[in-house]
Amino acid sequence: MSNLILPIIVLFIVFYGFFRKVDIYDTFVDGAKESFDMVFKLFPNLLGMILGINIFIKSGFLSFVLGFLKPIFGVFIDLVPLCLMRPISGSSGIVLLNNIFSSYGVDSLIGRMASVIQGSTDTTLYILTLYFGSVGIKKTRYALKVGLLADLFGIVSAIVISYFIFK
Amino acid sequence: MMNKIWGVFIIIGVVYGFFTGNINVVNSEILSCGETVLSMVLKLFPIMALWLGIMKIASVSGLLKKMSIFLYPITRFIFPDIPKDSDVISLITSSFVFNMFGLGNASTPIGLKTMKSLKNLSGSDVASSSMITFLVLNTTGFTIIPTTIISLRMMHGSINPSGVIIPCLLASLSSTVFGLIIDRLYRKKYV
Repeated sequence: MSNLILPIIVLFIVFYGFFRKVDIYDTFVDGAKESFDMVFKLFPNLLGMILGINIFIKSGFLSFVLGFLKPIFGVFIDLVPLCLMRPISGSSGIVLLNNIFSSYGVDSLIGRMASVIQGSTDTTLYILTLYFGSVGIKKTRYALKVGLLADLFGIVSAIVISYFIFK
Repeated sequence: MMNKIWGVFIIIGVVYGFFTGNINVVNSEILSCGETVLSMVLKLFPIMALWLGIMKIASVSGLLKKMSIFLYPITRFIFPDIPKDSDVISLITSSFVFNMFGLGNASTPIGLKTMKSLKNLSGSDVASSSMITFLVLNTTGFTIIPTTIISLRMMHGSINPSGVIIPCLLASLSSTVFGLIIDRLYRKKYV
């Protein structure tokens, strides 16, 4: 089923463009070119994130702290850093997801849960800062509360849903 | 925010590593992290390029615009405060459609433009209810194709990289609905 989604979307888009008489090939190449810019922008961000997060993790401090929380979270303990960092920064989410894949395996239950958590939430604090900052909003009222509550709900539903689909 | 977190991470990491004898691991991490990032970026690059190419067709052929028109009534319902003749509704819808197809980068400029129009409507430096609703819509991350995750999963040799699409869709749909509901509740409380 999941293997069908991508081919169907690609088919649909190309089909639509074809019958609309768009220069589909040139347009494709043109769009793909934009990825250079994205990758160049992504590199420094990921570099900073991986430096900070991996020093923090490899020093042993994170496992020291998580050791105290282990009785509460059990086998899901390694998802905690991802859940905490996800609303703050997108690249830190990628870095932590990468670490989980390396230590648990990409197709393990934890690996899949982490994928769903990362894929179904967004960087609330970043978006809030950027969007409100850009138009000079000083009082954000209940925005942060609602955003973070929605994140929490998203994380919980990601865990529950992927548990029932992948267990 | 990021300044503090990043600084604290590095300071605590190095100091803790020093006192627990893990400083060699920290040292090798500093030396090797550049290479790790480079290989990650190189592997994310191709699938991003491919997806941006496909999505450009969807955008140029007018498919995204068509989807926005389709979603218009829903957006109207979610944003009851916005005047009927305003073009903000179509801005919000296109930003939502771009997000839905994993085009976060393309949707940011539209998102910022939307915020500007919403600010023109309210004319104050206090966040309007519509702004907060728009923000919730953006932060719950409703996505059909989580491009980065699929490519990261491919990079780690997953047997089914796109297998997470459906649970992602379900989870983000439910958090979007939940976010909009509590947004409504707060909106009434704060009037």
